[in-house]
Amino acid sequence: MQHVISVLVENHFGVLAHVSGLFSSRGFNIDSLAVGETDDPTISRMTIVAKGDDRILDQIMKQLDKLVDVVKVIDLTKDEMISRELALCKVSAPAPVRSDVIQVVNTFRGKIVDVNPKTITVEITGTESKIDAMLELLRPFGIREVVRTGLVAMSRVSDGYKVPPPPAGVYPESNIENLESNGKKKTKKKKLAKSKK
Amino acid sequence: MKMRGANILVECLKREGVETIFGYPGGAILPVFDALYDADIKLVLVRHEQGAAHMADAMGRVTGKPGVCLATSGPGATNLVTGIATAYMDSSPMVAITGQVRSYLIGNDAFQEADVVGITRPITKHSYLVKDVNQLARVTREAFYIARTGRPGPVLIDVPIDIAQTETEFVYPEKIDIRGYKPKMIQTPENLDQALEMVHASKRPVLYVGHGAIISNASKALTAFARKAGIPVTTTLLGLGAFPEDDPLSLRMLGMHGTYYASHAVQNCDLLIAVGARFDDRVTGQVSTFAPKAKIIHFDVDPSSVSKNVKADCYVIGDARHILEILTKNVRKLNISSWLDQLAEWKLKHPLTYTQGEHEQLKSQFVIEEISRHCGRGTVVTTEVGQHQMWTAQFWNFTEPRTNITSGGLGTMGFGFPSAIGACFARPGEDVWCIAGDGSIQMNTQELATAVDHQLPVKVAILDNGYLGMVRQWQQIFYDKRYSYSYLPGPDYVKLAEAYGALGLRATKKHEVADVIKKAQDYKGPVLLHFKVKKEDNVFPMVPAGKSNSEMIEGMA
Repeated sequence: MQHVISVLVENHFGVLAHVSGLFSSRGFNIDSLAVGETDDPTISRMTIVAKGDDRILDQIMKQLDKLVDVVKVIDLTKDEMISRELALCKVSAPAPVRSDVIQVVNTFRGKIVDVNPKTITVEITGTESKIDAMLELLRPFGIREVVRTGLVAMSRVSDGYKVPPPPAGVYPESNIENLESNGKKKTKKKKLAKSKK
Repeated sequence: MKMRGANILVECLKREGVETIFGYPGGAILPVFDALYDADIKLVLVRHEQGAAHMADAMGRVTGKPGVCLATSGPGATNLVTGIATAYMDSSPMVAITGQVRSYLIGNDAFQEADVVGITRPITKHSYLVKDVNQLARVTREAFYIARTGRPGPVLIDVPIDIAQTETEFVYPEKIDIRGYKPKMIQTPENLDQALEMVHASKRPVLYVGHGAIISNASKALTAFARKAGIPVTTTLLGLGAFPEDDPLSLRMLGMHGTYYASHAVQNCDLLIAVGARFDDRVTGQVSTFAPKAKIIHFDVDPSSVSKNVKADCYVIGDARHILEILTKNVRKLNISSWLDQLAEWKLKHPLTYTQGEHEQLKSQFVIEEISRHCGRGTVVTTEVGQHQMWTAQFWNFTEPRTNITSGGLGTMGFGFPSAIGACFARPGEDVWCIAGDGSIQMNTQELATAVDHQLPVKVAILDNGYLGMVRQWQQIFYDKRYSYSYLPGPDYVKLAEAYGALGLRATKKHEVADVIKKAQDYKGPVLLHFKVKKEDNVFPMVPAGKSNSEMIEGMA
């Protein structure tokens, strides 16, 4: 069965290698993986689509959770989720068939982002199956190139996942704030604000 | 106060209570060695970085506090890798510090550069590449915390030389708060009641105890629990010492070379209570036929160990000592005399045996039993890997935790001797024994120089059968006696000892054994004892790899 796992991780170098390395060394298969910053810049969110039975999923979740740089692991497949994928597709569209291609694209509410005498480049957003379906219909015209982002997803019901405050506030009884780059920026900003007043 | 990165690192080690570290210098780690020159931390100079890693590992196993090893970039760091992997597989707390090339050269294939963080990623609990000297104190503090808490393991800190040379204001972080790492003492207390009910309902229970019981200092709690409820105890290889083997409830070790009665207890029990054990394939044999009649309770600090190989019917995630202490308060004495009678009968009919005739060639089993008899309770014994390791597990009388130091998970040949040296620093003034085979000992003999240098009371018993004994045993049983490259003549071990300035002793006859053991014990410094033992002897009982525990071979016809 296919599972969509959302992983909140520290936004450090090396974390992606750690997570993907875990999948390969434990023999788990990744179908797709998408990474990006969250609204908290110290945290990145990975959306991983992986296949496996319940036992494998259980192990994936637990092993991910064990990584020190992993803040939270969520199996989105358990709840109702909203998922989207974006694809760019360059398809052959010489004049005689161009309108046919455009018709297919319009049917799927795709967007034409580039046109030249020989090809059209289409942007399409949707579920995996919608993208698959459009690509299937474009295939007879001759697909030159396809790029897919991999799935991104979130739960319909949850209000998001609260993340504890960033490390600057972690050591309240010491002067660590002075050492943290976050802390430095904050104090500078405050000073600036005051001087403006 | 302004300090250089290297001095900050050393100061942080001191604040962690580190007194001894094991290391080897080189270009990229020189600032740290310079800072150690007048610090009150002792650096034990090894002769190969692998030795440093095993010594630090042993320090961690014997004391429970992270052992520390130190190496330079590139080859120094890669030489630590086997030792780090060994510590990782056996959940041993360790902090490995490596030098790295200048931070602006990283990725440029600089001299002695290796991506050690990348190389060690799958074999460390966590790793850090320090890119800002202001993070060094926090990183060091976190590294020790991560290494020793939860399920312990090795943590690597990679320090580029320019970071170690840079000065900054030293501020020691008093508190640790890692948002992705919050180990709790007991995570799922709600399952404790169910566990207790299952214990009370069982008619044929067995406790299956692993390294976790020793790591969490649960020995006393375990012994109290087992005795109060009257439940028999079998341990894994790394669990040896968690429960006194001279207790009538002890079934000794289970698994591939475990006792007949332990294996049959597990195969016939109706409740298997796993404490800090991970259902390794050397324990379960064929998983589908493992403990077929049993419900499984699993106590483990690592959630990913639960239901990984064998599905648990009830589990509690947490520290074994805490869990057992709570259970001991509430558990009743079980009325299971017919089960205990059955086990007693198996024990009587199928003991671990060997024979040693007066004029017969020496048997390894006899030598090990003699050494165990001459050593007091609580003597630390380390082993290498192979037949002698299994015989030590079978015939050494383990009664106290943290006295059995062996590479269980990774099975690292070359581990035993350096780890015995590490144990000497963990238990200053006490004899530490290393039981070695003639194959394994040759992997790290260079550390004899380290042992002599510090005049350590390390006593190495080399059981020399001229073969890689366990390999030869498998070739005999599974490969039709085709002894492909498993015969390896060694050096003259007495001369080897003398060349390094240690004492070399030799015994070839039964009556000489006690004598050389006493001589070794009377000698203050390191001793190599060379025992010429029977060439083609096999470890039994044995469960062939991948077979069911019920298909145990008790001996060869």
